[in-house]
Amino acid sequence: MLQQLRQYFSVERLGRPVATAVPMLWLVLFFLVPFLIVLKISFSEVLMAMPPYAPMFEWSHDMLLAIKLHLANYHFLFTDPLYLDSFFYSIKVATVSTLVCLLLGYPMALAIARASATRRSVLLMLVILPFWTSFLLRIYAWIGLLKDDGLINNALLALHLIHSPLVMANTSFAVYIGIVYSYLPFMVLPLYANLEKHDSTLLEAAADLGAAPWKAFVRITFPLSIPGVVAGAMLVFIPAVGEYVIPTLLGSANQLMIGRVLSDEFFENRDWPVASAVAILILIVLLGPIVIFQRYRSRELGADA
Amino acid sequence: MTGRRAVLLPTILAFGFAFLYVPILTMVVYSFNASRLVTVWDSVHSPTLKWYGQLFQSGQIMDAAWLSLKIAVMNATGAVILGTMAGFALARFGRFRGRGLLGALTTAPLVLPEIITGLSLLLLFVALEQLIGWPAGRGVTTITIAHISFSLSYVAVIVQARLVGFDESLEEAALDLGARPATVFLRITLPLIAPALLSGWLLSFTLSWDDVVISQFVAGPGSSTLPMVIFSKVRLGVSPDVNALATLMVLLVAVGVVASALYLQSRERRLAREMRMALGA
Repeated sequence: MLQQLRQYFSVERLGRPVATAVPMLWLVLFFLVPFLIVLKISFSEVLMAMPPYAPMFEWSHDMLLAIKLHLANYHFLFTDPLYLDSFFYSIKVATVSTLVCLLLGYPMALAIARASATRRSVLLMLVILPFWTSFLLRIYAWIGLLKDDGLINNALLALHLIHSPLVMANTSFAVYIGIVYSYLPFMVLPLYANLEKHDSTLLEAAADLGAAPWKAFVRITFPLSIPGVVAGAMLVFIPAVGEYVIPTLLGSANQLMIGRVLSDEFFENRDWPVASAVAILILIVLLGPIVIFQRYRSRELGADA
Repeated sequence: MTGRRAVLLPTILAFGFAFLYVPILTMVVYSFNASRLVTVWDSVHSPTLKWYGQLFQSGQIMDAAWLSLKIAVMNATGAVILGTMAGFALARFGRFRGRGLLGALTTAPLVLPEIITGLSLLLLFVALEQLIGWPAGRGVTTITIAHISFSLSYVAVIVQARLVGFDESLEEAALDLGARPATVFLRITLPLIAPALLSGWLLSFTLSWDDVVISQFVAGPGSSTLPMVIFSKVRLGVSPDVNALATLMVLLVAVGVVASALYLQSRERRLAREMRMALGA
């Protein structure tokens, strides 16, 4: 049977190489090559020209290829505290947001996984739906809620719970809210996918043997769900580190996240080499989490099947 | 389950949903507010549709919406074609040379921060223009290419997941009965993965329709997409017509997603029934 199936695809003599080559070429041209260009420009010197960087490869007059590796951009990143500060701030924001997402998302995923089958699809839909509505507009909604004269302050003032408005907009607090709010579905969905597959007879056996529910959770459910926890955590952490829109709309101008620094460096200072060096550093920081996520994902998809 | 946990989990779930939906609801409610001050409810003149009227009279917003729609449709179509190819190659072609590279390249865009994708694509377009004169300037073409480059990964994942959990016995049966491979592909494989293609198309459409960061990098003068216009408006402050726009978009998405989910569900059921009948089970 498998033999025949193989034949079926090998008969499509043109189909197979085309189906492999076309997306491959596309991704090499529009993903791999651009990345190499960023790497290259991060080692170039900034110039007042268009494009504003010096070439790395040059043919000198005696036909020798001169390669200039300009390391000053990286050196600059480590000497000016602005860059390191925003790097650490970004990692802190991403870590805390990931933990909050986990604390809120885990019980949500568990509740959905344990709901009846008919309810489950409705609840899942409710988790996915916000993901389909404009991210930008959902962040915008929080400006209206968190402003000094926003809905939350107005409500608290009206209830006489506070006497002067709480400052929430343009603070780190607002950035945390924005990131948790935007990425919560990314935590809930992989967790749910994992929890839903658990064999409920394990918990029944534990209960029969006298284990309290919390103990069954600690000893059975949670250990089994760790791949889901890792996937969810990576899906929140990785984009949160490079987040640009949320801190720009909700954060403070004094405490920038690294994504904003990159963008300012590029668009406002027109220093493409430094912007590229920032991008490379972000990638280096994220390499570990990305590899962990890839490994998890290829296992989930049965990449070798 | 003890009673305590039976209460705890649903309570957190309800809190989570409130957290996700209250901000959206406030936008919807305040889009009917007559006051220019977004957070003050003008109970005398509300509800009103004036912000919706203003929205449709704004040339800037209408132009940007039309541009975004065009890009989103081109992107979704291109991403489904390329992503399906990649998904097939990864799920069905066994261990071919370059499989590792293709696998890595299709997952990279899923996890890379948008800001890096945007920067690297812009630098590519600039370098290409210098080198071969194409693309001449930046605009719809560059935005669409950029969007396809990250959307195709999502489609590839969806198609691959679908093919991995795929019952190959129907294809085998058709081949046994003497159908030609091309016929098998068109009449059996394609209809079976159609739900994955539809979700891939819708997801790619939404990704493009929502994208602001990557578009900002690769757009040129005069090619502002809707999210770019919203972003620059919102950076200057809250404005009531954005509430109206948000309400329309939420409504559209809700209707679209619920309708396609219902369609897919009924289709899945029909497919399962047909498959059982075909296999005589």
